Amino acid sequence: MRALIERLERLRRRPAAAWIGIAMAGAMLVLLPFALASVGTAWVRITNLAILFALLSLGLNIVVGFAGLLDLGYIAFYGVGAYCYALLASPHFGLHLPFWIILPIGAGVACVFGVLLGAPTLKLRGDYLAIVTLGFGEIVRIFLNNLSQPVNITNGPQGITLIDPFAIGGFSFSSSQTILGVSFSGPIKYYYFLLLVLVAVMVVNVRLQDSRLGRAWIAIREDEVAAQAMGINTRNVKLLAFAMGASFGGIAGGMFAAMQGFISPESFALVGSINVLAMVVLGGMGNVWGVVLGALLLSFVPEILRYTVEPVQKAAFGRTLIEPEVIRMLLFGFALVLMMLYRPAGLWPSTTRRREFAESE
Amino acid sequence: MHVAAPAMLEVRHVEKRFGGLTALSDVSLTVRRGEIYGLIGPNGAGKTTLFNVLTGLTTPDRGGFAFEGRELGGLKPHRVAEHGIARTFQNIRLFGNMTAIENVMVGRHARTRAGVVGAILRTRGAAEEEKAIRARARELLEYVGIARHANALSKNLAYGDQRRLEIARALATEPRLLALDEPAAGMNATETAELRRLLERIRADGMTILLIEHDVKLVMGLCDRVAVLDYGKKIAEGAPPDVQKNPAVIQAYLGGALP
Repeated sequence: MRALIERLERLRRRPAAAWIGIAMAGAMLVLLPFALASVGTAWVRITNLAILFALLSLGLNIVVGFAGLLDLGYIAFYGVGAYCYALLASPHFGLHLPFWIILPIGAGVACVFGVLLGAPTLKLRGDYLAIVTLGFGEIVRIFLNNLSQPVNITNGPQGITLIDPFAIGGFSFSSSQTILGVSFSGPIKYYYFLLLVLVAVMVVNVRLQDSRLGRAWIAIREDEVAAQAMGINTRNVKLLAFAMGASFGGIAGGMFAAMQGFISPESFALVGSINVLAMVVLGGMGNVWGVVLGALLLSFVPEILRYTVEPVQKAAFGRTLIEPEVIRMLLFGFALVLMMLYRPAGLWPSTTRRREFAESE
Repeated sequence: MHVAAPAMLEVRHVEKRFGGLTALSDVSLTVRRGEIYGLIGPNGAGKTTLFNVLTGLTTPDRGGFAFEGRELGGLKPHRVAEHGIARTFQNIRLFGNMTAIENVMVGRHARTRAGVVGAILRTRGAAEEEKAIRARARELLEYVGIARHANALSKNLAYGDQRRLEIARALATEPRLLALDEPAAGMNATETAELRRLLERIRADGMTILLIEHDVKLVMGLCDRVAVLDYGKKIAEGAPPDVQKNPAVIQAYLGGALP
């Protein structure tokens, strides 16, 4: 793993090789959905969900990885974004706004919620902040669950159905279409859209990290008192971290609603927050590439296990000894223990060493 | 002795209590532009508390202070920093997981403007500002003599270098008053001598310095004037030789007169 990372790092510093690498990776990413579709369309959907979780992890990375604010209610922003989309583009209210209007609205509303969570918790850190944010996440979910009366806003636990897919004019993301002799299924179209958003959000993350603001966030994480004394308005900068993280969550939520066509409060329970946090921590808090890696691993591995555990057992013992669900959790727990022991900073931690090499050249 | 320069910092009747403990009681002092003003006293005398008041980390219960004619009492720390008072900490408070140069770059925060949009779009303005921040940080590292460690994590620096880095980081905020809380603590004789040269150079470049220090030799050799705190009260003030002879000071440091 480490050797591979170092090779990648070395490649990144050679411009020509880097461009070839980028072109190859790009080509692979473009062709990937067709390869996946040949195995089964389900795998394209799984990939799309994995990218959504990568987006969520990148958003949470700003709050947890950069600013060091432990947020256990992050999935609430995902929910807010998803419900924004669902309410503005479904028969529930009879509204059908186009997605390119709703996604920014969802990001904005989630951003407001981010500030709502951030403002009262400015003085809290660590465990205390975690508890409050955890409560916040649950409050949002319970609200979504119960806002069906006296006025039916969220349709309660039944959730909202028949949510509009993305569409630009007559070009809908939900149906198959043949362009230039190649058939693009709905999930494949979403895949490309998600990939674009993911690249954009990664660029935003990397640029923020190497900016005046990114440094201010990291400084707050390292020592808040010293950060204040250095002229950083910690209140504003922390609120900004909450707001930015929340807006990414809101965008991801809107895309989730459109892709699924159905959402209910269940999708935004505490376990979702914990999952996203696990992705950030497993991948390597604070490092954009690590976070994406963590999100992809934690999204794919359980799915791969789901499809392999039973056949393997059947072949070996002739029957299923352990349910796939059980073995997934077992392996997950085991992986986390190994992580804590051998790579406590994550699989691909942010390397200051990399910069050391780059500077000395 | 200096010609009496105009007052830069005017502390007036500051009082601070923590529960039943009076950390500062009726402390007044004046720091003139261009001087090195020493603040000494036994442990627990209230020196650091006074520093915390002057940098906005603690609000005084009574009294206040004016810096360059502006009332800064009760302002938030980042506002005080913007007005030109920077500090270091007694127990070094660097951003441990950032490199030395990044630590100094953080110090430029108050003097730069780039926001979210500039950072994300890498506008020309933001990119140039970023370049200037890095260049200035490098200069400051050279100034305090640790440029060769620019890309080392600050937590991995040697102790003396960490102290220097704190000074560089404080200088990055473009202060006009530099408040140093025991910069020589834990240093050996060579390091202390080097530190002294650095402080003299900083003063020669026009900085006013407020210095808390336990190393009496350093204080007496470096400071133009000294104030002595004991149990939260100022018990003496003046030129170092006079203060050294002051009976109240001797009493505070050595206890009661021998029978």
